[in-house]
Amino acid sequence: MRRIYLDNNATTPVLPEVFEAMRPYFADQFGNASSIHHHGQQTRAAVEDARESVAALLGCRASEVVFTSGGTEADNLAIAGMVGAGDHVITSSIEHHAVLLACKHLEDVGAEVTVLPVDSRSLIDPTDVRRALRPNTKLISVMMANNETGVLQPVSEIGKIAAEAGVYFHADAVQAAGKVAIDVKKIGCHALSISGHKIHAPQGVGALYVRKGTRLQPLFYGGRHERSLRAGTENVPGIVGLGKAAKMAKEALDRGDDHKMAALRDRLQQGILAQVEDAGVNGDGAPRVPNTSNIHFDHIDGEAMVIAMDLKGVAVSTGAACSSGAIEPSHVLVAMGLRTDQARASIRFSLGKQTVAEDIDIALALVPETVARLREISPRYKKQAVSTEA
Amino acid sequence: MHFACTGKLHRFFASLRMTGADVRARSQKLSTNTIAVAMSGGVDSSTVAAMLRAEGHTVIGLTMQLWNQRRLAGKEGMPESVQGRCCSLDDVYDARRVAQQIGIPYYVVNHEERFERDVIRPFVEEYVSGRTPIPCSLCNNHLKFDQLLIVAQQIGAERVATGHYARVAFDEARGRWLLKRPADSSKDQTYFLFGLTQEQLSRTIFPLGDMTKPEVRELARHHGLALAEKPDSQEICFVPGGDYKRFIDAYLAEQGEALPDTAGDLVTANGEVIGEHGGIHNFTVGQRKGLGVATGSPLYVIQISGANKQVIVGGEEHLYSRTLRARRVNLIAIDDLREPLRVTVKIRHRHEPAAAMIERTGDDEILATFDEPQRAITPGQAAVFYDGDAVVGGGWIG
Repeated sequence: MRRIYLDNNATTPVLPEVFEAMRPYFADQFGNASSIHHHGQQTRAAVEDARESVAALLGCRASEVVFTSGGTEADNLAIAGMVGAGDHVITSSIEHHAVLLACKHLEDVGAEVTVLPVDSRSLIDPTDVRRALRPNTKLISVMMANNETGVLQPVSEIGKIAAEAGVYFHADAVQAAGKVAIDVKKIGCHALSISGHKIHAPQGVGALYVRKGTRLQPLFYGGRHERSLRAGTENVPGIVGLGKAAKMAKEALDRGDDHKMAALRDRLQQGILAQVEDAGVNGDGAPRVPNTSNIHFDHIDGEAMVIAMDLKGVAVSTGAACSSGAIEPSHVLVAMGLRTDQARASIRFSLGKQTVAEDIDIALALVPETVARLREISPRYKKQAVSTEA
Repeated sequence: MHFACTGKLHRFFASLRMTGADVRARSQKLSTNTIAVAMSGGVDSSTVAAMLRAEGHTVIGLTMQLWNQRRLAGKEGMPESVQGRCCSLDDVYDARRVAQQIGIPYYVVNHEERFERDVIRPFVEEYVSGRTPIPCSLCNNHLKFDQLLIVAQQIGAERVATGHYARVAFDEARGRWLLKRPADSSKDQTYFLFGLTQEQLSRTIFPLGDMTKPEVRELARHHGLALAEKPDSQEICFVPGGDYKRFIDAYLAEQGEALPDTAGDLVTANGEVIGEHGGIHNFTVGQRKGLGVATGSPLYVIQISGANKQVIVGGEEHLYSRTLRARRVNLIAIDDLREPLRVTVKIRHRHEPAAAMIERTGDDEILATFDEPQRAITPGQAAVFYDGDAVVGGGWIG
């Protein structure tokens, strides 16, 4: 059975070119990038090349790129690195748990946190950000694109507010990188997180943009790697992969590949909505990354739909991967105002560079039939079963 | 083959032949249907999954996440960490590893809300009303054989299989699905399964029905399952250590509810007040200790009256009764009880079925009259009626 993968917001396959770029750095060019001998010089060069590629993707200087183990570490580094006891942080209710829980932890150690609501399209209102500012506000952290709905936040406006108020602004761009153009100058952020495995690089590597002059406490203590901002021997193969993936992402964006991606996504979305009643896009009407469509299908159990589709070879998800099996419905969908039953009946479709038209065709054939079957089963089954209560 | 070596080896091979034949017989009926196996991470359900997969069926492993074992951890004296209980991380891990090992897809589906609504809540309410609840039957009715079957259908499996020690078979003559006691009567779980409907039984397989527990462990070893030696859990899955009271206290505290005040009088069968008690939930029928009253001869709890907040005590002879009323009855072997029927009846899980006549005394009520008086018939427990090996039906003792 040919498997169709439509869960690229959870993770993406490493592209062949990225894998090839990484290959020499396992057994052939393997030196510790900090070693002064030939072996170290080789890998040091590769790391710095990768750094430049990431910088080009983000519109910043290479010296402003810090490599990490992924998006979660980058978020934690930014938040814990810029905020201390007595400081105030402003964030949003739809952030990834890496940001929300990092902020919650700060509360436990004496910082104050304001979590701003979003509207029904999951958009944050910049005036809410301005209103939430306090004399001790140190940091605003708002994501650029939401992982569940793909909705893009007004980060440039927030950047302006941060600049006026003289507070730091961190943007989690894990789901935005490679899908939409990023220019940290235009955004006006002081820090920005990206993750390798969302852009066809391997899992276990990411980066944090840190604007020159920003004061940041490291998370780890040890060597003076990454300008003493992130101790630990560099994950050279991973970093090389990230660099190659970043380069390819920039080229693709410059070519306008994102329009092709959007066309495929739109075909899937319109096709589903045309065939299935009582279904709608979560975040409809808001600007969105070109690969994501989060759709609620009323009167079904989203978890059962994901399983049913998986058994037929199509991979999708409800909410974020890290929350699967959790009892709470998606905090993002709830924050947007969806009823609990609708939040539980939502499926996220997210395309990747490797997604082709046939994949969409197969999904379009499977989704309506699966929804129809699920809708048919539950009421019928409930009628027949005799329940014995105490 | 040298069967002379050990009797155990002989029985192992015998059991393989017998099991294989039995399952093959079932599999003729099943053909290419997909079967969802409810996997708890225990030996029984893991062996079922391995067996059915080896038989060539399309098997999907499912764990129903029903109760968060960490929810009440450390509260009101509850243990800090609970490992090796159904729904614990360890058990889900074990189930997942077995599924990986035998090569079947595996999913965890979350039905904690339904479990809390249909099992935990009624359990607490029964308990504080002075009845002795059995959550396992409720779980079977609402979760294992209602919700599980719904999930199975949703994902495309027409049937479910579990590791219960019981047998199900279609009786051509009666035109009904029958639930029967298993080969290993020491593991008989039919007492908890009396609520199953015809629809549910028609979609359920119990592959272990003809095997003994030691044979199941042998089969698990034969399939290379590391958890072949995993000990059985004996208690209610959500009550660690079997301490009902501690669980109830912790749960009510978490819910912000107080244990209702049911303190009242200890009275004799004649209505004479001989003492006081601190709450009816501290007692169960047949209890001897903790009465706080000393008389010449032993005293037992013979009845608990929620309405009057009274605990009625008496001598051993008062514990015996010849009749019981079963309500919210479910019938399996027969479609209706139109005239009195001779059966054997279990009034609790660990009880030798006792001969009785049953007759319908109301729309939803059956009266059982025992040949011999039975000790400590307890409201809240189930009364399950048997015709030999077959479960005739059962209801809740009122």
